[in-house]
Amino acid sequence: MCLGIPGQIVERSGPVARVDFGDVEKEIRLDIVGDTVEEGDFVLNHAGFAIRKIPEDEARATIETYEALLTETERLEEAGALPATTGEETPQDSEDGDDET
Amino acid sequence: MSMRPDVEDLQFRDPAKADVLADRLATLQDQIGEPVAIMHVCGTHEQVIAKFGLRSRLPDGLSVRMGPGCPVCVTTMREVDEALAIADSGAIVATYGDMFRVPGTARSLADAKAEGADVRVVYSAMDVAALAREHPDREVVFFATGFETTAAPTAAMLEADPPDNLSVLSAHKYVPPAMAAIAEMPDTDVDGFLAAGHAATITGSGIFESFVEEYGIPVVVGGFEPLDVLGGLVALLELVASGQPGLENAYPRCVSEAGNVAAQDAMWRVFEQRTGEWRGLAEIPAGCLDLAPAYADWNARERFDVEPAAATVDPLTEQCRCGDIMAGKASPEDCPLFGGACVPSDPVGACMVSSEGTCKIWYEYGGHPDL
Repeated sequence: MCLGIPGQIVERSGPVARVDFGDVEKEIRLDIVGDTVEEGDFVLNHAGFAIRKIPEDEARATIETYEALLTETERLEEAGALPATTGEETPQDSEDGDDET
Repeated sequence: MSMRPDVEDLQFRDPAKADVLADRLATLQDQIGEPVAIMHVCGTHEQVIAKFGLRSRLPDGLSVRMGPGCPVCVTTMREVDEALAIADSGAIVATYGDMFRVPGTARSLADAKAEGADVRVVYSAMDVAALAREHPDREVVFFATGFETTAAPTAAMLEADPPDNLSVLSAHKYVPPAMAAIAEMPDTDVDGFLAAGHAATITGSGIFESFVEEYGIPVVVGGFEPLDVLGGLVALLELVASGQPGLENAYPRCVSEAGNVAAQDAMWRVFEQRTGEWRGLAEIPAGCLDLAPAYADWNARERFDVEPAAATVDPLTEQCRCGDIMAGKASPEDCPLFGGACVPSDPVGACMVSSEGTCKIWYEYGGHPDL
């Protein structure tokens, strides 16, 4: 019940939106989204309610943090300050979409 | 997160970046030089950690345990018994799917349904309002469970002109006081908290500032992709290594400092905090959410006789270690029932019922893969 699922608003009518979750569309309430949202916006949803508009630039900002760390590590490795990464694989998720209870 | 594979599936799960983060964790752990225990308080974190085998990427000396992060697991037997008493009285009881098979003192709602009670599983609080409108001649009771992320929706539903035949049996819980309660437990040793990103979406990361100040334990708000979790752990170890307890938001794409003020406002108009039990854990001061007096008309405890009938407790319950597991004092493998007398198809404790429960997750994915 407390798993959040992001989706994209495809249609809005008052406090209700149709939200695209990739393989399914659902009706989502906008009462407590706490932001102005419109068609095309991404929202984080919990139990049928949008609880947050997800700005694209903030999703990108998180990625940039990891990118920066990667670049920094590569630089240190090249300078011989860190042992090279092993390159072993991380188990990959085979399921499609999100787990939702 | 399928609708945006370029960002979500690939980037937040990129094995090369995971390697970098795992290496950074090893370096920091070396630097710290003594065991570090991190607690997270979210079933979704445990799912990501178990499903992606992240514990196998942690350096020796760093342990990550799940605290009381499963709302179903901390719902008390008494609260389940109240819902059962209402269902037995002939009302429709609607609840989230996770709650359906959670045992009360003697029975679960699933048992009650098998015996003829009208119990419905809903996806959303709004489904309960719709159900009540479809059955104007019946009483419809929402057995409302969960943390901030479901309490705010319950509040929003009650503020959206619910029908008169609807009422709410609130078993909602509020997370921040439980973190304080765990920090105060004398035999719990937690060096840092990975706070639940979704609950913090509502409360904001700022709410943990006073906790960090009071208990001197660092807090990092973390997201739910493998890199988010590893990144959150890196931030925590950096704080531990620095010796300066601090607060960081490692999930800025969903969590702001102030949080979702509209959701908080709805929650505090409809609910008030009460001291009450978290199943298996303790009495948590201000850790439970009851309907505020302004919403007494919708309070199922006012509308129904919810005094549950006396029942005999399943003797196996005495051996269940859910409480110790949620307090970070034990792992599922320390429980004599785990995987034997207690399995998902026939659970003893709530931790084996919910997909957010530590025992169910470990049963499905394994806890610490032996690689």
